[in-house]
Amino acid sequence: MGVEIRVEGLTKSFGRQVIWQDVSLTIPAGEISVLLGPSGTGKSVFLKSLVGLLKPDRGHIWIGDRDLPYLPERDLYETRKLFGVLFQDGALFGSMSLFDNIAFPLREHTKKSESDVKRIVMEKMDMVGLLGSEHKLPGEISGGMRKRAGLARALVLDPEILLVDEPDSGLDPVRTSFLNQVFIDLNAQIGATFLIVTHDINTARTVPDNIGLLYRRHLAMFGPREMLLSSEEPVVRQFLNASKVGPIGMSEEKDESELEAEAKMGLDSGKLPPIPPQQMASDGMLRTGMHAPGAWCAAHGVTPPPGSFIDDLGRNWVEEWPRYVASLTPVGAASAPPPGGMPPSAPPPGGPGGQFPGNPPPGRPGGAGY
Amino acid sequence: MSAPETGIGAGRRGGRKGDGGSATFRKIGDGAANVVVREPGRFFALCLDTGRACFVWPFQWREFIQQAWFIVSVTVVPTMLVAIPFGGVLSLQVGGLIRQLGAQSYTGATAVVAIVREASPLVTSLLVAGAAGSAMCADIGSRKIREEIDAMEVLGINPLHRLVVPRMFACAFVALFLNGLVSVVGLLGGYFFNVMLQGGTPGAYLASFNAIAQLPDLLQAEFKAFVFGITAGLVAAYKGLNAKGGPKGVGDAVNQTVVITFMLLFLENFLISTLYFQFVPSKGM
Ligand SMILES: Nc1ncnc2c1ncn2[C@@H]1O[C@H](COP(=O)(O)OP(=O)(O)OP(=O)(O)O)[C@@H](O)[C@H]1O
Ligand SMILES: [Mg+2]
Repeated sequence: MGVEIRVEGLTKSFGRQVIWQDVSLTIPAGEISVLLGPSGTGKSVFLKSLVGLLKPDRGHIWIGDRDLPYLPERDLYETRKLFGVLFQDGALFGSMSLFDNIAFPLREHTKKSESDVKRIVMEKMDMVGLLGSEHKLPGEISGGMRKRAGLARALVLDPEILLVDEPDSGLDPVRTSFLNQVFIDLNAQIGATFLIVTHDINTARTVPDNIGLLYRRHLAMFGPREMLLSSEEPVVRQFLNASKVGPIGMSEEKDESELEAEAKMGLDSGKLPPIPPQQMASDGMLRTGMHAPGAWCAAHGVTPPPGSFIDDLGRNWVEEWPRYVASLTPVGAASAPPPGGMPPSAPPPGGPGGQFPGNPPPGRPGGAGY
Repeated sequence: MSAPETGIGAGRRGGRKGDGGSATFRKIGDGAANVVVREPGRFFALCLDTGRACFVWPFQWREFIQQAWFIVSVTVVPTMLVAIPFGGVLSLQVGGLIRQLGAQSYTGATAVVAIVREASPLVTSLLVAGAAGSAMCADIGSRKIREEIDAMEVLGINPLHRLVVPRMFACAFVALFLNGLVSVVGLLGGYFFNVMLQGGTPGAYLASFNAIAQLPDLLQAEFKAFVFGITAGLVAAYKGLNAKGGPKGVGDAVNQTVVITFMLLFLENFLISTLYFQFVPSKGM
């Protein structure tokens, strides 16, 4: 049920250009984490290091008891089977149709019959909304479609860890929300550890359990969503509010004079906006990785900005949460103890949906047109 | 399990401390060191890895056949078009020279020797490097910059085994055929020029075949062709797999592939020829 990734003191440079240094973080098993950072701070490089495509100069990446950068080749290939990766540009095999692309991992690594392969591939293509394009070549479809096909290929072996590089670039906002829902539902079903690189602030604010921010060759902060959303740290605050005011400028960082001018004009990003409630899994599923709303703030004595955790219908999720959880069956919670802030409500046996990992995916929200 | 690994990590970290000195060295000697030491070193490493991947089961027959067919399709016509005039020119030159020396009856034989021993491997290398190697490098390089190679590795597939090994053998396999083709076409061209244009007699041309030519000539040429094919495949793979910086990077890689392959093939040609003359006695007359 998901695997923890523990990164210790990771440093990477290309020649004399240091990309980032001393990055240490633990991506908790089964949770959804988001990695943010200005363009060119090495988010894609970080993802590639996590799967062993790039060798860091220093530091460790622990996947279970295996230290990825120092594994012999055979173990590395073995370890990579835990991963599903969506590259920034989809990275489909240009000479194969979408169907063959998505079937590729199944044909390589499993002994499934061709009819099983077909069933699974169609299922995944349906999930990302690509039914009907299975015989097209990657060169014949749009960037957003390539992205989704790449995602389907990454998912086809039910990975323990899913690394996703900018799922929302090249996608329209509607598809982006659908895709976010797909991630959340997937996480509920297969319980994999997710790391999503994104530039979409809305995604970063509402989807993940944890947020990390790369800035100026360092990991500025990594922690639970509520911690970053309630943080007063200027960089974090500027980035998570997509504000022009703050230390980040067009060319990575502003110079002193600019900052002073801003301070003089009394430009301040003002009060923190409220923390939005986290997006839920659909169809009555509960993600085991999800923390109770407000739990982190309560545990750390932080008062969330006024108006936090209140959804469009005016429900306050801090109050709503225990009731909501009691009405659901947590998926896959039987083996793992509920993490952190989750209330220890006993799940009613055989509740709505009866979802188990490996079951066919539930209908998408709204069902149609995606 | 973790103990030896922390050992490696610790070793690296320790080694890092002394890096201050070598950093300045790197600043000065980067370009030169790259050309003289690092690139050949990495190329050699790739050759070893590819050699190891050759013995991984199963061999990718489909890829091999597709690639062989592809290489044939880009090389056969140019090969013939190059081979005919090449054979003709050789016949003319050699024929003229031989006549001056007063040994007309041996024009056929000398043409054979020139074509089979040297010209056909040369033409083959030209085509293998220029057509097959460049196409292969462009293919692998564009896969690299589209991150297909990375995706393949993440999916647990070794691209050396999957892509490079079948291409390398396809290249060598086709080179064998090309070499045969060049020999035959060249000889026909030579025959045509000798008999039609220089007034040689068909009988003398054919009879002198046996006088000087011998089977090892052909074998060494085929051996050369095989080595050329392997070399071209390896260089193309190396340059393609290290392409970076977008489409321009692929263009650069292709360019370098052709130049490097040419140099290597001519060097190999020289070495093999030298060894051949050292170890295989020429036929007495
Ligand atoms: N193979 C490479 N060789 C040399 N430099 C590289 C390589 N890959 C990336 N870089 C450099 O690393 C830096 C970070 O690149 P990266 O692609 O990780 O940025 P990013 O954070 O993903 O940006 P974006 O949000 O625009 O995708 C860039 O400055 C880039 O030039
Ligand atoms: Mg990127």
